[in-house]
Amino acid sequence: MTSSLDEPNLIAIAGFFIFIVLSLGITYLAARRTHNAEHFYAAGRSITGLQNGLALAGDYMSAASFLGIAGLVALSGFDGLIYAIGFLVGWPIVMFLIAEPLRNLGRFTFSDVVAFRLRQAPVRVAAAIGSLAVVAFYLIAQMVGAGHLIQLIFGLPYELAVIIVGTVMLAYVLFGGMLATTWVQIIKSVLLLVGAFLLAGLALAQFNFNPLALFQAASDQYGPGVLGPGGLVSDPVDALSLGMALMLGTAGLPHILMRFYTVPDARTARTSVSYATAIIGVFYLLTFILGFGAMVIVGQDQIRNVDAGGNMAALLLAETVGGPGFLGFISAVAFATILAVVAGLTLAGAAALSHDLWVHVIRDGQASDQEQLRVARVASALLGVLAIVLGIAFEEQNVAYMVGLAFAIAASANFPALLLSIFWRGFTTRGAQASMLTGTVSSLLLIYLSPTIQVDVLGNAAAVFPLRNPGIVSIPLAFVVAIVVAMVWPEPEAASGFSELERRVHLGDGEPVTDDDFRNS
Amino acid sequence: MNSFDELRRLNAARWRIAIGLTITMMVLYFGFILLVAFRKSLLATLVSPGLSLGILLGALVIVAAWILVWVYVRWANRHYDSGVAALRGRL
Repeated sequence: MTSSLDEPNLIAIAGFFIFIVLSLGITYLAARRTHNAEHFYAAGRSITGLQNGLALAGDYMSAASFLGIAGLVALSGFDGLIYAIGFLVGWPIVMFLIAEPLRNLGRFTFSDVVAFRLRQAPVRVAAAIGSLAVVAFYLIAQMVGAGHLIQLIFGLPYELAVIIVGTVMLAYVLFGGMLATTWVQIIKSVLLLVGAFLLAGLALAQFNFNPLALFQAASDQYGPGVLGPGGLVSDPVDALSLGMALMLGTAGLPHILMRFYTVPDARTARTSVSYATAIIGVFYLLTFILGFGAMVIVGQDQIRNVDAGGNMAALLLAETVGGPGFLGFISAVAFATILAVVAGLTLAGAAALSHDLWVHVIRDGQASDQEQLRVARVASALLGVLAIVLGIAFEEQNVAYMVGLAFAIAASANFPALLLSIFWRGFTTRGAQASMLTGTVSSLLLIYLSPTIQVDVLGNAAAVFPLRNPGIVSIPLAFVVAIVVAMVWPEPEAASGFSELERRVHLGDGEPVTDDDFRNS
Repeated sequence: MNSFDELRRLNAARWRIAIGLTITMMVLYFGFILLVAFRKSLLATLVSPGLSLGILLGALVIVAAWILVWVYVRWANRHYDSGVAALRGRL
């Protein structure tokens, strides 16, 4: 069978345009309601539990999941499932440890929580560095995915595709802020679920709707090895390291954490995580079907022919079971997915730059609301340009791997300090600073020393650090550094603020928290 | 019992539940990963035609995540929220 994937697909192009027109219409409506920082960063705290659950799922189910994991399962069978499961189990952790305290303690960013009873400027500088590192790696993955996808569907040059994605996404963020971004996420989430259900249904229809018959067919065709662990995670320690990063990274992703400020209270934050966990779980169970479906129905050789990394497996499956029209629909969904995630990331990066660095470090909390809004928009524009530049510079990078690294940095740089700041009375400013910087630097350094960079990219014979994912070293290291530094240099003022923090964790404030609370704390 | 003690008790109860559930999730997930890493052949055994133990356990980890979240939400909606409501306005 020959694929029409390399010819422009009219339905996909129509789908792209319908989505862009619809989402810009939403942006226009949202822009009329975005007048201050609270609207821009937190959608005026007006989002409901179900809406935020869908938006969280939308932020999380990136193209790397939809295209990358389906491709991984299609090419290596069971091993791809390790990623799918790892991405889900982070959500219970977010629910139990982070979501409600975060909503009650902070205002726009997770740094608000870490800095709640610590010294503002040093903590926020360190937190902004961690946030921006995560955002940058995640942005690269999404921009590269978007560029390749559009290049394939439209036949446009890669660079032009990246510029288009960056520009449209920037329009959402600049004019519509969090409200527009949230609605783009909700629409994308629903489209993605509908698309994945339809695709899985069409694939399973060939097997009497029995997933086991599909797995059996895969095993008959490619050997029973595809149903059990194989060579993808060959080193046991590397498997654990990846697992740790995936599980704890979710609780440190700035664009996910920021979403909890868009709901009115902690109870709604709780409701939104339960919806998100349900939706994301269903989605990853569907990727089992999509991956094995592509393996059997499309065939591994055909998938490799189109893209060696397997990233086009889900699209090829759509074409095979549903024809070019359905391929167009699924491509449009994948495009919407990427646009929405990039918008969420840009907003999180802009919040780190303007709310944390500009307002609380440079202006010492004295900036007016309008000034903050202006700076946030300038920061968004800069990040949009940066996203385009990074997307073009890293054209050859593997999408799923970059996302894995973003999770490792998030789990090492942000998660330990965030957890200790709400959990441990004895935590200090120096402890938080040391932990966040250690987490960021050690994960970046170990990635550089790993076989992925040293052997695969630089072509050296061996790597200094044997693991491909740094999590198992950098996460415990960030915790140990945090605890040791805080114990060696105690900070009585930070400890005395802990009782107020404990009260707020449960009771919230009733009154919306303002920047004055942070200035004086 | 004064309001501060009540808050302290509520705080302890919430962290007890939260940490208990977190540890349960970690044990289940890392148990699965350790099997993937060290007991590859066990996970490759077939439970029924087409269904390997690995795929079954993997799907069960996702189901377990749902159940743990459900347990937490049920506890929080029934017990935690009323505790918070009772304290609100007094502290």
